[in-house]
Amino acid sequence: MLTAALRKELLLQWRSRSQMMAVFVFGATSLLLFSFAIGPNAAALRTFSAGFLWLGLLLSSTLTLAESFHAEMENRALEGLLLLPSNPRSLYYGKAIANWLQLTLLGIALVPVMVVLYDAGTTQLLTLLVVILLGTAGLSAPGTLYAAMTAQVRAKQTLLPLLLFPLIVPALLASVKATSLAILGDPMHDLRNWLTLLGAFDLIYWSLCGLLYPKVIEE
Amino acid sequence: MDIAPPSTTKTPMILLALGFALLVIGSYLGLFVAPAEQYMGQVQRIMYVHVPTVWSWMLCVCFTFIAAVIFLFRNDLKWDARLEAGLEVGTLLCAMLCCQGAIWAKPTWGVWWDWDPRLTSVAVLLFAFLGIIALRQFVDDPPRRAVWSAVATIIASADLPIVYFSVKWWNSLHQTQSSPSTVSSAFHLPLRINAFGVFFVMVAFVMLRSRLATRKLREELV
Repeated sequence: MLTAALRKELLLQWRSRSQMMAVFVFGATSLLLFSFAIGPNAAALRTFSAGFLWLGLLLSSTLTLAESFHAEMENRALEGLLLLPSNPRSLYYGKAIANWLQLTLLGIALVPVMVVLYDAGTTQLLTLLVVILLGTAGLSAPGTLYAAMTAQVRAKQTLLPLLLFPLIVPALLASVKATSLAILGDPMHDLRNWLTLLGAFDLIYWSLCGLLYPKVIEE
Repeated sequence: MDIAPPSTTKTPMILLALGFALLVIGSYLGLFVAPAEQYMGQVQRIMYVHVPTVWSWMLCVCFTFIAAVIFLFRNDLKWDARLEAGLEVGTLLCAMLCCQGAIWAKPTWGVWWDWDPRLTSVAVLLFAFLGIIALRQFVDDPPRRAVWSAVATIIASADLPIVYFSVKWWNSLHQTQSSPSTVSSAFHLPLRINAFGVFFVMVAFVMLRSRLATRKLREELV
């Protein structure tokens, strides 16, 4: 059941790949804008590069997450899905995993932009990948749940960030710290702690949101 | 879904009067009778409202969380009215304690704000509650609004310990929590009196607000 739901989501995403491209351009543009906010100070830009990367990713994520329930809202498709002999939880996890993969791809695509704009090169590509995987997992679990709510109301573009941003403060903080350590060096070996924190956040929200999702979409 | 009519407002009104009376007595003792603190001077007197506000706020947040959990299990809109009351009174107390804290922090620490674990957790919860209150404004169907805000409240509450520990790994300069056992006996009485004063006012506000929410829900359901 989960694989069927995931397959549906991935197919939908593949067919709307031009939108994904637009979101990437949006993220890259925001990275460009952050450097104007700081000014042409190469050292400062390099120091804050991890923060900019994650803020760009976070802003872009509100676009992809808000869009992720678009298909369900047309022609009351969500009700149709709920009538299927399926578990609403697998619908949630299918969508959350698809959103996670999409955000991970977006994060990986934004890294070269960050490296070029802020001179924030790193050789620890594997660490960076792990951080992006864990961090975007933290964004997509509560993000998918809140998107399910806000997709059904007026003013969805405002409400989703309003609900999501305070919540993901620990995930953002840990992701920025870990990315920053990967770029600027890790003399105190703190990286493991931040990754553990991210993992704990992911574990809590992937289970809690899956538990609560059926309540959110039931009629 | 249906909801029982609200009970009378007699009890909360008595509690409210009692709470305000205690606050007047406690603040009089705190401002004019208790001695000034040796290092912080007169500024420290804000503790007599700040610490009681924090205690009542914590109780109010616990109450809101419990109301959300009970609503999800029982599906009784009475608990949605209580959740709404807890959310709004909690936000009010939270905003109050942030202002009091900033007024105290500027002369003491030299800054209005500091990225300390407790301050940051309070700020995160304030914004999370504001988000949930905003969500409630945009959902017109009462049962759906109740379920969504209960779910959002539970998710936001689960975030609190994680925020606290994540920020704790930065450096901290907030004082350790004040309680009657950490302050000198000269400061005890006004602190205790005000703690009960704020507590009674908070309970009265929650009761009055949930009665109001019940009335509105009954009107919406007709």
